[in-house]
Amino acid sequence: MSKNKPPMTGFRRAPLKKTIGALLLASLSLTAGACRQDMHDQPKLKTYREGADRVPPEGAVARGTLAVSAPVAEAGAAKSEFPFAITAEVLARGENRFNINCAPCHSKLGDGNGMIVQRGFKRPPSYHEERLRNSPASYFYDVMTNGFGAMASYSDKLSVEDRWKVAAYIRVLQVSHNAKIEDVPAAERAKLEAADAAAPQGGQTQ
Amino acid sequence: MPQIFHRSTNTLSRVSIVSVLVIVGGVIGILTQINRTPYISQAYMAKQQPVQFSHKHHVGDDGIDCRYCHQTVETQASAGIPSTKTCMNCHSQLFATSPYLEPIRESWRTGKPLLWTRVHDLPDFVYFNHSIHVSKGVGCSTCHGRIDLMPQTWQVQSLQMEWCLECHRAPEKFVRPKDKIFEMEWPASGFDQAVEGPKLVKEYKIQNQNVMTSCSTCHR
Ligand code: HEC
Ligand code: HEC
Ligand code: HEC
Ligand code: HEC
Ligand code: HEC
Ligand code: HEC
Repeated sequence: MSKNKPPMTGFRRAPLKKTIGALLLASLSLTAGACRQDMHDQPKLKTYREGADRVPPEGAVARGTLAVSAPVAEAGAAKSEFPFAITAEVLARGENRFNINCAPCHSKLGDGNGMIVQRGFKRPPSYHEERLRNSPASYFYDVMTNGFGAMASYSDKLSVEDRWKVAAYIRVLQVSHNAKIEDVPAAERAKLEAADAAAPQGGQTQ
Repeated sequence: MPQIFHRSTNTLSRVSIVSVLVIVGGVIGILTQINRTPYISQAYMAKQQPVQFSHKHHVGDDGIDCRYCHQTVETQASAGIPSTKTCMNCHSQLFATSPYLEPIRESWRTGKPLLWTRVHDLPDFVYFNHSIHVSKGVGCSTCHGRIDLMPQTWQVQSLQMEWCLECHRAPEKFVRPKDKIFEMEWPASGFDQAVEGPKLVKEYKIQNQNVMTSCSTCHR
């Protein structure tokens, strides 16, 4: 019967066609398989997904924050400086948060010449003016919590504790800007004077 | 009985067997390479956003810290996207009448959040956490590139499993000192990754390869 068939050609092509067909089918099913997105987009709540964006009711207090709020409230009422002891770690955290949240406007020095002010935002007063140097720390806490004039509240960016730490760092800035060489401990003073002698233009210690 | 097939079909059948293998291999190879292209991984593709927000202006020109807007990057899985109020902290005064900012002001008036289009989006079967990476010395620019130069935000890495594993197998090639996490120009000149990397891995107590590459670390 094979004699009736035209020689070879038909035979040669068929398997090739079949292979191509099979390949196409395989790659199609592979790509089609990859189109299924149901494991990529699962019906669960994740950050920023619809349903996960609810706003807490007015006045809600996050768990674990009351313990700090109570002494803070007392300290605020008594107008004493800070509700907790001020350590090097507290100041380091204060500096970190200040440079992130406040320095864009108030500048890293606290003189009110931050980058955003140079771009046209209202210029805040310098922390080094008499009135603010005499304000209690709780005043800075209050400005951060409630905002002040053109400045928005930062209570959404800084926890209660962080606000006090930033206030402590503002005190550091104020003290450092009005320090005299006599305020520096004797041992450190020698180092500063050596540095000053090395770089007469420095002017850091005056 | 006559020969059904001509002798030449022997060669033909061999050739076709080999070429089928080559073709199948080639097609699979091409498919995997296509899968790695930015077309599939969406790298380098800026997305249409409701407001033309520019990291180049805000970070590059104005020097605002990432954490002013991406507040939770050090403490939570998600880096956080700034609220409308965050924009209004400055734009209540700056460009207060700019038409580009109208969607922000509308959101501020109506209280309806602005919906940004996601740029990076891992599949839901992958678990990712920013805080662990940031606290173990992986900087933003290692994964997100030079954000401070981007007028629109795009992805610079494939975010494919291969890419995660490249680092999880050898974190010493990527980690940096903790005070340089937010530095955009990295590696800085004078920093020798080959010497400092392994030291930092030890200092941060980064877990061994078994844990880092175990499936359940990322698929949980
Ligand atoms: C977007 C710019 C901006 C940022 C960021 C900012 N402020 Fe202000 N701040 C201002 C402006 C403007 C004023 C002056 C407001 C006025 O008089 O209307 C001000 C005023 C103040 C005052 C003085 C209030 C007075 O009695 O004169 C304090 C204190 C203060 N800010 C603290 C902070 C702290 C702390 C932070 C960081 C948590 C911060 N600010 C972040 C813009 C800013
Ligand atoms: C002034 C606020 C602001 C600052 C500062 C900022 N970002 Fe953003 N960022 C945004 C906004 C708004 C978006 C969403 C719009 C977009 O994708 O462009 C965003 C998006 C992103 C995305 C993409 C998110 C996605 O959809 O996948 C990355 C990555 C990112 N920012 C990284 C950074 C890094 C790194 C820094 C610091 C160098 C930084 N951002 C500083 C506001 C800010
Ligand atoms: C800390 C202050 C600050 C914050 C917060 C901020 N911006 Fe800006 N924005 C600026 C400054 C300054 C400029 C001008 C940039 C420049 O030219 O250098 C600007 C410019 C812009 C412009 C261009 C406006 C125009 O008309 O050309 C847009 C759009 C914009 N910001 C969107 C946003 C969005 C959206 C957010 C909130 C995620 C935001 N900004 C948060 C300070 C800020
Ligand atoms: C190890 C790599 C890596 C590092 C380091 C990293 N990111 Fe991301 N980032 C990602 C991935 C992956 C996603 C997508 C997450 C998803 O889809 O769930 C993402 C998403 C984001 C988003 C979108 C919102 C979200 O969390 O889903 C922002 C904003 C962002 N990153 C900012 C930052 C900033 C700022 C830093 C530096 C402090 C940083 N990232 C460091 C990998 C990284
Ligand atoms: C540039 C390096 C780098 C890249 C890229 C990277 N990681 Fe990591 N990842 C780390 C380091 C370092 C750790 C810290 C490990 C430890 O806990 O000691 C880590 C930890 C993790 C952890 C927590 C592990 C634990 O101990 O529970 C998860 C989950 C994770 N990575 C997921 C991912 C995913 C998903 C990707 C890709 C989208 C990714 N990572 C990309 C470096 C990286
Ligand atoms: C470092 C994190 C990480 C580890 C460890 C990891 N994966 Fe993945 N895996 C990913 C990411 C990210 C993706 C998403 C890739 C993409 O979107 O292209 C993925 C995707 C996958 C997919 C593809 C699913 C699909 O539909 O595309 C499979 C299958 C998979 N992983 C299996 C594994 C197995 C098995 C292991 C253990 C040997 C493992 N993974 C370990 C991060 C990881």
